[in-house]
Amino acid sequence: MSSYLIRGAAVVGGEPTDLLLRDGIVAEAGRGLSAKGAEVVDADGLVALPGLVDLHTHLREPGREDAETVDSGSRAAALGGYTAVCAMANTSPVADTAGVVEQVWRLGREAGLVDVQPIGAVTVGLAGERLAELGAMADSAARVRIFSDDGNCVADPRLMRRALEYVKAFDGVIAQHAEEPRLTEGAQMHEGIESARLGLPGWPAVAEEAIIARDVLLAEHVGARLHVCHVSAAGSVEILRWAKRRERLTGRPSKVTAEVTPHHLLLTDDRAAGYDPVFKVNPPLRTAEDVAALRAGLVEGVIDAVATDHAPHAVQDKECEWGYARPGMLGLETALSIVVDALLDDLGWDGIADRMSRAPARIAGLADHGHDPAKGRPANLTLIDPSATWTVEPTALASRSRNTPYAGFTLRSRVVATFLHGQPTVLDGKVLR
Amino acid sequence: MNIRHLLSASDLDRRDATAVLDTATEMAAMARREVKKLPTLRGKTVVNLFYEDSTRTRISFEAAAKRLSADVINFSAKGSSVSKGESLKDTALTLQAMGADAVVIRHPASGAPHRLAHWIDGTVLNAGDGTHEHPTQALLDAYTMRSRHGRIEGLKVAIVGDVLHSRVARSNVHLLHTLGAHVTLVAPPTLIPVGVTGWPVDVGYDLDAVLPGADVVMMLRVQRERMTDSFFPSEREYARRYGLDADRVRAMPSHAIVMHPGPMNRGMEIAPEVADSARSTIVEQVANGVSVRMAVLYLLLGGVK
Repeated sequence: MSSYLIRGAAVVGGEPTDLLLRDGIVAEAGRGLSAKGAEVVDADGLVALPGLVDLHTHLREPGREDAETVDSGSRAAALGGYTAVCAMANTSPVADTAGVVEQVWRLGREAGLVDVQPIGAVTVGLAGERLAELGAMADSAARVRIFSDDGNCVADPRLMRRALEYVKAFDGVIAQHAEEPRLTEGAQMHEGIESARLGLPGWPAVAEEAIIARDVLLAEHVGARLHVCHVSAAGSVEILRWAKRRERLTGRPSKVTAEVTPHHLLLTDDRAAGYDPVFKVNPPLRTAEDVAALRAGLVEGVIDAVATDHAPHAVQDKECEWGYARPGMLGLETALSIVVDALLDDLGWDGIADRMSRAPARIAGLADHGHDPAKGRPANLTLIDPSATWTVEPTALASRSRNTPYAGFTLRSRVVATFLHGQPTVLDGKVLR
Repeated sequence: MNIRHLLSASDLDRRDATAVLDTATEMAAMARREVKKLPTLRGKTVVNLFYEDSTRTRISFEAAAKRLSADVINFSAKGSSVSKGESLKDTALTLQAMGADAVVIRHPASGAPHRLAHWIDGTVLNAGDGTHEHPTQALLDAYTMRSRHGRIEGLKVAIVGDVLHSRVARSNVHLLHTLGAHVTLVAPPTLIPVGVTGWPVDVGYDLDAVLPGADVVMMLRVQRERMTDSFFPSEREYARRYGLDADRVRAMPSHAIVMHPGPMNRGMEIAPEVADSARSTIVEQVANGVSVRMAVLYLLLGGVK
């Protein structure tokens, strides 16, 4: 295995530092390092961040390999600066057994571009009726710790309580897709002024807020961890703020965590105006007030992490009528640029490192990830050119699908290189395999 | 007109909308002649692409196109490749290849005409999409109001019924606002969209309070299925609170008219004696539909004015 000497990277935006990567760790960090035989990577003007960690990725394999595979999704992830992704369970077959999660885990190892950590389904077939064999998935080679029926809500309060309690045995966490299904039957977009004008059935924010409020109370009652997926509404941020303040009052560490997607930090429901389903997503794009509240929540730490909800869809599932299209957007290759665009001034590089790497690594229990590049730490990191700009061209993305909502957007900052366990997966902005 | 498609009534500014109504007046005059035909669209192909059964609207568009000498192709989703699962995009490309100059589309999905317009070069006319809009219905309603009242500016129009699911209501709100009428929506709160705050209208829940000040009362069709989804408790309760019966008509000013886009639920939103009364414009609306659709086709395809 080669060793690499990264010259002059601003570690988390700090002073230029040399980093020597050897045997999977940062062997040396300092100025004026030299190392015989090491390949030199000039990082003048680049920012080094801990490798990004995505809590919410749809890799579509097994089942919809026409939309994405573990391999193509891994390429997209590496290009986006990620060194670990958590693969959602709503595949076909559903990742609700040790067999399927081990298959996904193995495919991730074979691709070798990013650590693929499978998420297990909470209920058999995501049907919301009985628990999947959560312990078997936890004990499998995939060592599953996050469980989610994402795409569906664990709506039955009794079943949700049991799931929250049960996974305490192995420090698991339930990642809830918060959507009260009776309030969103047939829903197509955020319920508000735009949905009224466009004549599309509305997805009211209260369907998310009500489930989050319920689950926060359930988790507290049984002393369990709860992670809230893709928070989209201002009211949800308010409830999470209340939940975290409440746990501070009780003196116990907060066991509620939450994520927000880049698209909910940037885009609003008026994008639906042309009925282009590339803007259809679940939960839906909401209003400018919601975007502002989500940004504030992320900066404040009420929302712990940015997660992509990378959701590839085949062309035919998006080139159709809005009501018939599948919800979801690509996210892995654009996430960092969107967050930098929206929030670098408020978060700084340290805040971005926290919300996109440290916090998600902690939530997912990925011990090798989420460490700032420093001597002795695992060499999972990414190099960013903060002065570069690039224009999003859907056909140029590594994903097998093209459903990015950012086509034609010019974004700032670009991933130049990514290192996984000390070896490059991306160099000069190109994925190595 | 400067627009290529008619997807929403909001595509029309006041000048365009007035041009449609004025042209429709000329078309109506022509319909009284012995030879009811103009050569304007000779050589043009108009496709009626209907994904929902709507004999009334399809026939109206067909008659309009034929009176302008266009070639008309009726493409019904039933018994066609569409029922075999052909996508809207592939259907669009087929129509494009056939050289359709205009496609009149009726579709159960809101926004389908917008998607179609994205894929073909010809003109797209929205003949009703899901719960979104039905702009030519609004134009014929406006035409009817103008012919009965002599103006639209300043008219007080009450639109009563299932506004939430009504494409007729959405188009009427846009067009009547553009033309300077004052609209009040009346319905049980469950059938008014939460986002109505963005509309240039007043909202009322009490029909009896609105009727004495109305110049036009437009009743919307209320589907009986709404009852099973708890939008209201029962058909009878709906009829009692929001149905237009003879007693309520007596509370209206003597000059006020009663409109309905059809098809009606007699005895539900409108009593039979009201539907058949002299104040009712329901049959007139159908006749006006042909003139207005002729005007729209003429202005969009004829390349004049």
